[in-house]
Amino acid sequence: MPLTIAILPGSAVSIYRQIVEQVCAAVFSGRIGDDEPLPSVRGLAEQLVINPNTVSRAYSELIREGILESRAGRGMFVSKRRQIYTKAERARRLDQTVTSLVTEAIMLGYTTEEIVEHVQAKARHLNLSPTGKGSGKGATSPAERGSR
Amino acid sequence: MTPDVFPDPGAAAAAPLDPRDAVIACHGLTKYYGGRKALDTLTMTVPRGSVFALLGRNGSGKTTAIRLFLGLLDPTRGSSRVLGRDSQHLTPDLRARIGYMSESHSVISWMTVRQCGDYQARFYPRWNARIFQAVIGHFRLDPRARAGSLSRGERAGLSLALTLAPEPEVLVLDDPALGLDPVARRSLLESMVYVTRGADRTIFFSSHLLEDVERVADHIAILDRSVLRACCSVETFRSHIRQFVLHYADESAPPPPLPPLRGLLYARRSLGQVRVTVAGADPATQRSLGMAGAAAVEEIPVGFNDAMIGYLGDHGEEGFFLDDTTELEMAGRRAAGGATP
Repeated sequence: MPLTIAILPGSAVSIYRQIVEQVCAAVFSGRIGDDEPLPSVRGLAEQLVINPNTVSRAYSELIREGILESRAGRGMFVSKRRQIYTKAERARRLDQTVTSLVTEAIMLGYTTEEIVEHVQAKARHLNLSPTGKGSGKGATSPAERGSR
Repeated sequence: MTPDVFPDPGAAAAAPLDPRDAVIACHGLTKYYGGRKALDTLTMTVPRGSVFALLGRNGSGKTTAIRLFLGLLDPTRGSSRVLGRDSQHLTPDLRARIGYMSESHSVISWMTVRQCGDYQARFYPRWNARIFQAVIGHFRLDPRARAGSLSRGERAGLSLALTLAPEPEVLVLDDPALGLDPVARRSLLESMVYVTRGADRTIFFSSHLLEDVERVADHIAILDRSVLRACCSVETFRSHIRQFVLHYADESAPPPPLPPLRGLLYARRSLGQVRVTVAGADPATQRSLGMAGAAAVEEIPVGFNDAMIGYLGDHGEEGFFLDDTTELEMAGRRAAGGATP
C-alpha cells in the first residue's frame, strides 16, 4: 500500500515534525518496506499543499536518522540499513508517552506507586523488553541506552 | 516591551544578506499619514526564493509596507529596494518582473475573463497563456463571463491568473485570501505552492490565516502597531516561543501576581493556574518561573497559532478581552460545569 501522509496545520506539532513522525511510524510498523520509494519532495509538497522546504527538511532529518536514503536520480527510499531512533528522539518519544500515561492515570485517581506497579506488571505480562533487563526500568529512569 | 525575534543578533541592523540574495530590502522605512504613524522605522530583508508572510492585525501597517516597497507610496523617511533598485525609481523592466495583487482584486469590470487576459498580455513580453488558463480553470471561471459579474472568490482567481501569467520573479500578494471561501482559499494555496516550482521565485504575502501561513510560508515578519516585532524563519519563530503552565496549590483562588518575566508575551490566568507564553525563554526565565510560587511548572507544546496570538494579542499579564472578574467567573463556571472548551 502506498504511503499516505496527512498533516494537520494548527496543531502543537509542526508540519515538519508530523511528516517525520508519520514516515517513521509507517516504516517501523512495516506499512512501507525496505527499498520502497517515497513521494518526491515536490510531489509530497503539492499533494499536501505545503512549502517544499518543509518536506525537504523532514526528509533530510529522516536521512540523518538513517531511516531514508536518497538515491541519485531515483529519489527517496526506505533505507535497508536503517537505524533505530536517535537518542534524543527515543527520549522524546518515551517522555511523550509517559506524560500522557501519567496524566491520564492521575486523572483516574491512581497514585504514582500504583501506576509504577501497573507498568511493571504490564511489562512482565507483555514480555517485550529486550534482553530481559528492561522491565520496570523505564518507570524510574529515562532510557539511557544510546542507539549509535 | 516585547522582545524581538530575529534570525541572529544584529541581523536587523546590518545588511544581513548579499544584496543579490535580497529581493526586497528596506531600511528605516517610516510612513506618516498626516500625524498618524502607519509604519515605524521598518528594517527587514526578504531573501530570494523564500515564501515570506507578513503578519499583523488590521491597521498594523502591512498594506502600507507593501505599497512602499512597490513605490506606490512615498516614504516619510527611510528607503526600500526591490530587485536591487530603489522602490521610488523602479523601471518598467523591473516592474514587469514583479507581480502585485492588491487587497481589492480590482479588475476591469466590463471585460470578459478572456479579454482581461488578452488585454493584460499586451503589457508583458513574457506572458504565459497556459498559466493564465490553468489558474482560470482551477478557480472554475468561465472565460466568457464578465469580470464585473464575478463573485469575490472568482475575482480573486482572475486577479491571481493575471498576476501569475507573466511569471513574475517576485510575487507580492496583499491579503490574497481576504473574503475567499475555503475552496478558493485552497486553490490560492495550491497556486502559491505551484509558483515555488521556480526555485528563484519569491512570494511575499500578507495574511490573517495562520494555518495557511503555517502551510506555505518559510519566513515570517510580524508587525504590531506599525513596529516590526519579529522577522525570522518559521522554525526559528516556533523554537523561540514556548508555553508554560504554573499550577498553584490552592486551586480555588486566583494565582498571585507573576514575578517580572523577561520575554513574557502573554499570561492567561484562571483559578489555580497561569498559562504564560514567552519569547526566547532562557535558563533565567525558567528560574523566574520556578520562583513564582507555583507548586509545579509544566511546559506544554505550543502551536503556530498560539505562538502567533501570543505576539499579536494584547501583551502583558491580562486576559484577552475579559476583565479579571469575568474571567474568574468563567473559570469557575468551567470548573463547575465540567468539560467545556
